[in-house]
Amino acid sequence: MYAQLVETGAKRLKTLEEMSPEEREFQEKIDAETKIEPKNWMPEGYRKTLVRQISQHAHSEVVGMLPEGNWVTRAPTLKRKLQLMAKIQDEAGHGLYLYSAMETLGADRDEEIEKLHQGKAKYSSIFNYPTLNWADMGAVGWLVDGAAIVNQVVLQRTSYGPYSRAMVRICKEESFHQRQGYQILLDMMREGTDEQKAMVQDAINRLWWPALMMFGPHDDESPNSQQSMAWKIKRKSNDELRQMFIDQTVPQLEFLGCTAPDPDLKWNEETGHYDFGDINWQEFYDVLKGNGPCNRERIKTRKNAIDEGAWVREAAVAYAKKQKQRAQAA
Amino acid sequence: MTQAEALKEYLLRLADSDMILGQRLCELCGKAPALEEEMALMNVALDLVGQARNWYEYAAELIDDGRDADKLAFRRDAHNYRNLLLTEQPNEDYAVTMGRQFFFDVWHYFTLKSLTESSDERIAGIAAKALKEATYHLRRSSEWVKRLGDGTEESHKRMQDAVDILWRFTGELITPDDTDRALAEAGIGPDPDQLAKDWRGMVNEVLTQATLTPGAEDAWMYMGGKHGEHTEHLGFILAEMQFLQRAYPDATTW
Repeated sequence: MYAQLVETGAKRLKTLEEMSPEEREFQEKIDAETKIEPKNWMPEGYRKTLVRQISQHAHSEVVGMLPEGNWVTRAPTLKRKLQLMAKIQDEAGHGLYLYSAMETLGADRDEEIEKLHQGKAKYSSIFNYPTLNWADMGAVGWLVDGAAIVNQVVLQRTSYGPYSRAMVRICKEESFHQRQGYQILLDMMREGTDEQKAMVQDAINRLWWPALMMFGPHDDESPNSQQSMAWKIKRKSNDELRQMFIDQTVPQLEFLGCTAPDPDLKWNEETGHYDFGDINWQEFYDVLKGNGPCNRERIKTRKNAIDEGAWVREAAVAYAKKQKQRAQAA
Repeated sequence: MTQAEALKEYLLRLADSDMILGQRLCELCGKAPALEEEMALMNVALDLVGQARNWYEYAAELIDDGRDADKLAFRRDAHNYRNLLLTEQPNEDYAVTMGRQFFFDVWHYFTLKSLTESSDERIAGIAAKALKEATYHLRRSSEWVKRLGDGTEESHKRMQDAVDILWRFTGELITPDDTDRALAEAGIGPDPDQLAKDWRGMVNEVLTQATLTPGAEDAWMYMGGKHGEHTEHLGFILAEMQFLQRAYPDATTW
């Protein structure tokens, strides 16, 4: 999930009776699964929540390019290099697409990016972990894109039209990335040397728990979830999504011939789901607060790119203006 | 040098220049001045590395010593690399990045255009596909050179500086050697005189529109890349690009 702990501003849900006529009409539309479009009336809280969630998602796409940029210059074969480059290009495209969806809500891309650089906006906690060996490129595709897809498939039915349509398109590409990521690991496990196999297991050991954290805290500790669910911005709870992810991922893990760093992970015949151990939530909150291994570097890189590129953007604006004047004078 | 040897040499030049410039663009991942540029840079890089793979594959078939495209890209040391010196120059600021791209793209465009008519059908086929991509690359880098040259005072200065810094690496693009001449005579490679004329014509046209001054035609030129004599940069590029292949030589599948 690329958006975590999205603030809704709501302490508790309003009942239909407590709502204004506009609010009631809005909620009834939502309940009837009618998509909300940019020109429709919407509660301010709904608008703000969506801006936060979509911008977090967009920021995650962009920051998420960095751990991959760390290996794109060191890919092992031409094929893998080209795949990774295409994936990174897709992510920049997703970022653009999501920022556009966000701007339909009256938000400004530059302002939201500025909030990111000031440390006021979140992005997915997972990208604050380092990518330390080549197998991380496989594990990120498989686990991180995999976790994102579980969330985003559900978000294809989210109540806001432009966001929902963005998700449909993004999901197709993410599924492709996930399969590619898994293939990287599978090829190394099947035909690789012992050193390569060790790389795969090491990548899984490091990324397993952070991937599970991507879904956010437990439902009972997620005060904003209820409002987001009522607005159908969210469609399933954090814990439901996490369980779905684990249930679909463990068989793939076993097929690889690898293990998860969780001694409590086991199939539960009774529930029909996998049981798993406790997540280290202290680590999750630390990372969100800026104390992950790479938070500082990630933000610094993004901020530098935009700051150092200011003169380039200014030149583009100045040139466009001159061209316009010349066209008018001609 | 036989024509067969010249052809192998020439294919490696095409492949290596694409590869090294693509690698330089990969270094910019996450560091572009705008998200649109992030996407465009990676797109251009993707085209270049894709083209490199096509040239390497053909070269590997002709060299026929058991090495495949990956081995050619990732297991040769700097003195065996045949890329233009221009392509290995560092990214520096965006003016240098775009200036390097522009000088290369003009050369690339006219070279590929000529190669679509190569008597070697395999080359003509690869070039036809690559030309579509290179046409877009050239349009894009020309626009950027004009934007930066004729943008603000600061961008003008930076862009002119970039032209001045890079100029000495441009001679290599349009100065033919025996390999170039042999292939031109065989109808395989481009006519060197025409290539030089086309390159100069378009570079002058765009730089003039961009309010920039080109370097002197008789300026001293730094050459050698086509023969494996590189600037100090290439060793570091390869140290990074070939890290895994050299650290894990026993790995055959990735």
